[in-house]
Amino acid sequence: MTSPTRSTSTAAQRPDGPDGPDGPDQEAVGFDPDASAARRLPDGHADGRAAVAPDAFAPPERPGGAPQPADGARPVAAGNAATGSGRRRALALVIRSWRQLTSMRTALLLLFLLALAAVPGSLLPQRNINPMRVEQYLAAHPTLGPLLDRFSGFDVFSSPWFAAIYLLLFISLIGCLSSRIRWHARALFTAPPKAPARPGRLPGGSSWTSSLPPAEALVAARAALRGRRFRASVAAPGARRPDGSPDHSVAAEKGYLRETGNLLFHVALVGLLAAVGFGSWFGYSGTTLVVNGDGFANTVISYDQFSGGKLVDAAKLRPFSLTLNRFQASYEPNGEPRDFRADVAYSDDLNAPTRPATIRVNHPLVIGNTKIYLIGHGYAPHFVLRNVKGTVVWQGNVPCTPRDGMFTSTCTIKIPDTGLPPTGSPRRPQQLAFSGVFTPTTHLDPARGYVSIFPAATAPGLTITGFVGNLHLDEGVPQNVYTVDTRDMKQISLSGPAGAGRTAQVLALANPRQRTLTGLPGGMSLEADSVAEFATFQVKSDPFKREALLFAVLIIVGLIASLRVRRRRVWVRARPAATGDGSVVEIGGLSRSHGDGFAVELGQLTTLVREATLVPDAAEVAPDGGATEVAPDSTEARGAPVGDATSNASEQEH
Amino acid sequence: MAVNDGISSLSDHLFGCGMAAYAAAMLGYAAEFAFSRLGTRQTDAEVAAQATAEVPAARAAADRPGVLVGAGAAVGAGGEADPAVPTAADRAREIEAARRRDQAAHTLAAGNDGDVDVPARARWVGRIAVGLTVLGWALHLSSVVTRGIAADRVPWGNMYEYSSMICLIAVTTFLGLMIRHNVRWLGVFVMVPTVLYLGFAGTVLYVAPGPLVPALNSYWLKIHVVGAIMASGVFLVSAVTTVLFLVKERWESRLAEVAAGRAEASRAMQNRGGIVMRLPSSAALDTLTYRIIAFAFPIWTFAIIAGAIWAEAAWGRYWGWDPKETWSFITWVCYAAYLHARATAGWRGRRAAAISLFAFAALFVDYYVVNLVITGLHSYAGV
Ligand code: HEM
Repeated sequence: MTSPTRSTSTAAQRPDGPDGPDGPDQEAVGFDPDASAARRLPDGHADGRAAVAPDAFAPPERPGGAPQPADGARPVAAGNAATGSGRRRALALVIRSWRQLTSMRTALLLLFLLALAAVPGSLLPQRNINPMRVEQYLAAHPTLGPLLDRFSGFDVFSSPWFAAIYLLLFISLIGCLSSRIRWHARALFTAPPKAPARPGRLPGGSSWTSSLPPAEALVAARAALRGRRFRASVAAPGARRPDGSPDHSVAAEKGYLRETGNLLFHVALVGLLAAVGFGSWFGYSGTTLVVNGDGFANTVISYDQFSGGKLVDAAKLRPFSLTLNRFQASYEPNGEPRDFRADVAYSDDLNAPTRPATIRVNHPLVIGNTKIYLIGHGYAPHFVLRNVKGTVVWQGNVPCTPRDGMFTSTCTIKIPDTGLPPTGSPRRPQQLAFSGVFTPTTHLDPARGYVSIFPAATAPGLTITGFVGNLHLDEGVPQNVYTVDTRDMKQISLSGPAGAGRTAQVLALANPRQRTLTGLPGGMSLEADSVAEFATFQVKSDPFKREALLFAVLIIVGLIASLRVRRRRVWVRARPAATGDGSVVEIGGLSRSHGDGFAVELGQLTTLVREATLVPDAAEVAPDGGATEVAPDSTEARGAPVGDATSNASEQEH
Repeated sequence: MAVNDGISSLSDHLFGCGMAAYAAAMLGYAAEFAFSRLGTRQTDAEVAAQATAEVPAARAAADRPGVLVGAGAAVGAGGEADPAVPTAADRAREIEAARRRDQAAHTLAAGNDGDVDVPARARWVGRIAVGLTVLGWALHLSSVVTRGIAADRVPWGNMYEYSSMICLIAVTTFLGLMIRHNVRWLGVFVMVPTVLYLGFAGTVLYVAPGPLVPALNSYWLKIHVVGAIMASGVFLVSAVTTVLFLVKERWESRLAEVAAGRAEASRAMQNRGGIVMRLPSSAALDTLTYRIIAFAFPIWTFAIIAGAIWAEAAWGRYWGWDPKETWSFITWVCYAAYLHARATAGWRGRRAAAISLFAFAALFVDYYVVNLVITGLHSYAGV
């Protein structure tokens, strides 16, 4: 074996080549099964791990042990460093760092770090999930808060350090995968590793005397193994053991799918990471609130909130538009929600015809790779402001923010253009603002006042107070539409259903005589004449969603193959019997993991091979059918993968 | 929506009866353990003497922690070494140790009940305990089914129901293992957490059946939750076997110390020896843990993916680092790390076990701390 073998110390002591007379035997019997497997596998790292032996991985990971080469190339790098120039030394350093980075241990460490880094993200409020709570946290922790903020404590998942871990893991994975794939591809096209000197001495191995000469016994054995779908190859005719005796052996292996599945898993993992990353660069999301009968178009300005990935061109969003025809909610008798639905009409391009659709929770509307979700709803009472002559000055639906399960909602009405002249000195505008509490099913609770006892608008009511003054709306400072800045406003007394000159009034929206406020400045009046429902939509575009799903499925497929398939090797060796023309046949094998039923399988294989080698024509004497499979003449017909068997064996070096 | 009160209280009664049957089974398993200790023919001195003979050899061959052969697995030593081959005596011992180690690891697969004498009456108690477990399982299953009927929906919509289902899966896993392997010794260790857990679920977490909130009412969610519950129930069993592994492994290395004359057999060792000896070798426990986790891991992976598909349908993003998602991910990473560690020499045994427990702790956080303490989008699943 000349390929770089990530060897255990056992292997290191044992150069290939003729041993003393005792050598081969000791080699066969003396090894720990694990170590032997590591040694025997043609290609160290990749195969060593897959075949038997966790120990094949041992050197770099063994705690406290002397640092050992991780694979064959490392000593080379080190050698260069010792003898070469500075540039070479730098190169060696790069190579070493690369190997370090792409080792499984580093990947594990990075994986752990990623998990660890995700912890603060789940404990601290996050801006991308709930910006309000971040503000509250910052207000409540004046010293700790800003410090955490500086280290992206509230944007953990978009922080530089999170990205660094993610990226390193990504590189590490790609690095280690590329070599593992090469190794595995090579293993797929080479014959199984050759038999040890005495396979019969492996755990569970056995031997017997056959009446067939060695060569024929092996042909029969190979057929038996191939009948069990092992990839099996006989040592080339004329091959010699290190001690010079003819090499009559069969090497068989099964379960390559394990490594294939494992690689598929890891590759798909890389793919998933990439899809997630690209998705966040090219995806966007926006939320918008639409009152029954209104609509919106997919442009950045029509969103109340918009966040796009770094590479999103905000001017070129897919130009669809949507109108909310009707929003409907139904509730359980106890007020728990039962179902929500929004009947909409949309056109998926500028000039495309409009089409009807229904959006429900968990059932978004899909337009290309954009999805439109129904994420919330609430009430928007309709207000009409009239001047003293009864002319409508302003009117509109004002969405109120729900604050409990019964849809008690907070309403803020701001009317900057009232048509009234500024008054007082200093002169200040007479802008109007109202703040109120909307209750869809209004009930007068003796202790709590007006509350809502059901989420549907069966008895809509509004408890309202009013202000006049300067709203400071035109000063370029962005304002929250849901709060009133009352610095320069003064409360006004209102006349209405509850009587004249009160600070607060209760309007009953269903009753035409109990829904108007009068006595506003300038003799104006405000009527809350109806209530509409609104729906909140979230528009999400993630152009790499499909790829992410594909890789996720491959992850599972690969994982199942990797964890369910067992990789095992079986060797048969024959030598001429001391007397007569028969032979002594030995069989033994190794499986990657202990205690997984390999002992039983090896027992069955032993029986098969034994029957095949004891009787020249097994078909005649095997009534149970098991042995018929292994009749020598069926050798070539058996379904081993094409191209692996004897032809390869003869090309193999030894 | 109609919640059928009669069926609902039937479900609660079945729950209570199932728990009672489990508790009785637990006592049965414990009694079998206790009896088998009385029935142990080997005295500690014998064990120690035997260990003297074999443990150092096994150590030498094993050359790593955590794979010492159970003291009793020595039975039948020496028969198969080929005397004709001119090998050094220590070589032979190494082979023998390797063979025995292999055999010990196969104890489970072969259904070998281990090495301790168990008197007939103890075996009977054990069998009765198995019967009680099956009975409890049937009652428990009926409780879950009737709960679903009462609420007219799938019976996994709140934490009481999740917890009940997780226990049901854990017991199912145990019974399933018992079909293929002789793992009756595991009974008491599965029943104790199950009974405690059910007690917690039935008191602290209990809520009357009711309809699902609309966001939970989805096809993918049902799949996702079933996957998560299944994996968690199986992980629960793996946590149990991990703890047993740690106990046994410690005991084995103490025994090796005693055998090598480096330590005295402590009182605790003598007192508890019977129980610990009744456990399979640490190697077998390690293998069992690995197999259980290797079984559950793809299910957990699937559950996360199903959850992501559901999140995509419900919230428009398949992954948003919501606390629940974050902790599912952390759990996943930890179990992946366990699988890797198990494949890495220096990390097998005790360190891999530590990772397994760590992962289980993350799973616990995912279920309880996240739902009860941290609020996220998932928290409307309700208690
Ligand atoms: C440089 C990076 C990595 C290397 C070299 C690597 C190597 C390996 C190897 C050799 C196995 C097989 C272990 C066995 O057969 O028991 C394995 C399995 C596995 N790996 Fe990785 N891995 C890497 C990164 C990752 C990452 C980032 C994950 C993410 C969670 C991961 C998840 C898994 C899982 C779940 C298995 C179990 C499948 C099995 O045991 O066969 N690996 N990995």
